[in-house]
Amino acid sequence: MSLSVKHLLGIRDLQRQDIELIFQTASQFKEVLQRPIKKVPTLRDTTIVNLFFENSTRTRISFELAEKRLGADTINFSASGSSVSKGETLIDTVHNILSMKVDMVVMRHSASGAPHFLSKHIDVPILNAGDGINEHPTQALLDAFSIKEKLGSVEGKKIAICGDIMHSRVALSNIYCLKKLGAEVTVVGPPTLIPKYLESALGVNVTYDIREALQWADVANVLRIQLERQNTPLFSSLREYAIAYGINRALLDSLQKEIVIMHPGPINRGVELNSDVADSGQSIILDQVENGVAVRMAALYLLAGKQTL
Amino acid sequence: MKTILNGKQLSITIDRLCHQLIENHLQFEETVLIGLQPRGIFLSDRIYSTLRKLLPDANIRYGKLDITFYRDDFNKGKGLHVPNETSIDFSIENKKVILIDDVLYTGRTIRSALDAMLDFGRPAAVELLALIDRRFSRQLPIQPDYTGRTIDAFISQKVKVLWEERDGKDEVVLVD
Repeated sequence: MSLSVKHLLGIRDLQRQDIELIFQTASQFKEVLQRPIKKVPTLRDTTIVNLFFENSTRTRISFELAEKRLGADTINFSASGSSVSKGETLIDTVHNILSMKVDMVVMRHSASGAPHFLSKHIDVPILNAGDGINEHPTQALLDAFSIKEKLGSVEGKKIAICGDIMHSRVALSNIYCLKKLGAEVTVVGPPTLIPKYLESALGVNVTYDIREALQWADVANVLRIQLERQNTPLFSSLREYAIAYGINRALLDSLQKEIVIMHPGPINRGVELNSDVADSGQSIILDQVENGVAVRMAALYLLAGKQTL
Repeated sequence: MKTILNGKQLSITIDRLCHQLIENHLQFEETVLIGLQPRGIFLSDRIYSTLRKLLPDANIRYGKLDITFYRDDFNKGKGLHVPNETSIDFSIENKKVILIDDVLYTGRTIRSALDAMLDFGRPAAVELLALIDRRFSRQLPIQPDYTGRTIDAFISQKVKVLWEERDGKDEVVLVD
């Protein structure tokens, strides 16, 4: 058994069997992470570079931890303070790093498609850790893995993705991943933050009414408002957004059922999610973070093993 | 295809192995059983249930170990193995561990298993039980302490262990 892809650039390229193989492998890595020695020697002859051209806390720490738990050597690169500021191109930067005998690349970039572009020029496996507003595949995998863990399966479940759909790579990867696993997806947010034709292009339901979406859903995956990617204002103010689309205790209590709350982080507390929801028993936000390490270990393991096949 | 052990013989062999274990480990107070995933588990399940019948009062600890992440052929062009469940919910520190696998061939699985096991603690001693010992084919200096049947076979031949639970009948065969 192995993945059908050489790189993990997006969920769009994966088959359902790939996702299930990653989950199956991740469950075993999750068990490894409960042991007194949370480390296996599988990738001890592998060197991995983490290329972060954009800021990150969770994803970067999670990837680095996953690499270390697999016994790999890791190098961290961030664009600030590097020769990128002297004008070096992406391909030159990566070629220079690879000539130091690096075996895999984990990459985050603010330009959509940057890892796809790079994959045409280098031979080693690339894991996309988020490219612009395109995809964030490992986040979608860990989200779906967390849903599966919480509810027993993803198939047939109703997932509402809430907030800034337009600028969220998490939203796009989640839609691909959940649809491939047989879930129903509804996106909800202000009309200005939901791309036109999303409904027909990806087969999701669209609504602009948060209460309606939550009433329908088993799980709400709440996204951050990506102010850094909005060149022109798309809603009047954060306060207004919070009133219309923010999820608080009163709103959840007014539903006739209990739904699972997720968030990929970082949370803007008081905007898309109130603390009385984020820190409640309904929230699996920290389980998502925990599962992130196991899922990334699985993705790294499966891609590294693919190399010589 | 040649039968090495038929159903009846297999059952007698497992009974004999269990009695040998009891001879050395009495009530299993300081001894734990660890079956190796994936194929050793069928054997270790049988051994565990037989021991429970023979020693109804003993509290026998039994775990399962997966060695996928400790293999020495990762990325050596041999394909990727899908990991199985590891469940060891007791400490192996200062215990006598009996590793259980169905076929002992090159010894490399056991080498990986020793590595994997040591991540759970430092056992007082480790013994190896193998249903079939393919002697003269070892690539590492590893020998079993308890053997069901010792056989000589060509490298081109394959030993297949069939289990009722999975294959519909109990039998050990040599396939050309």
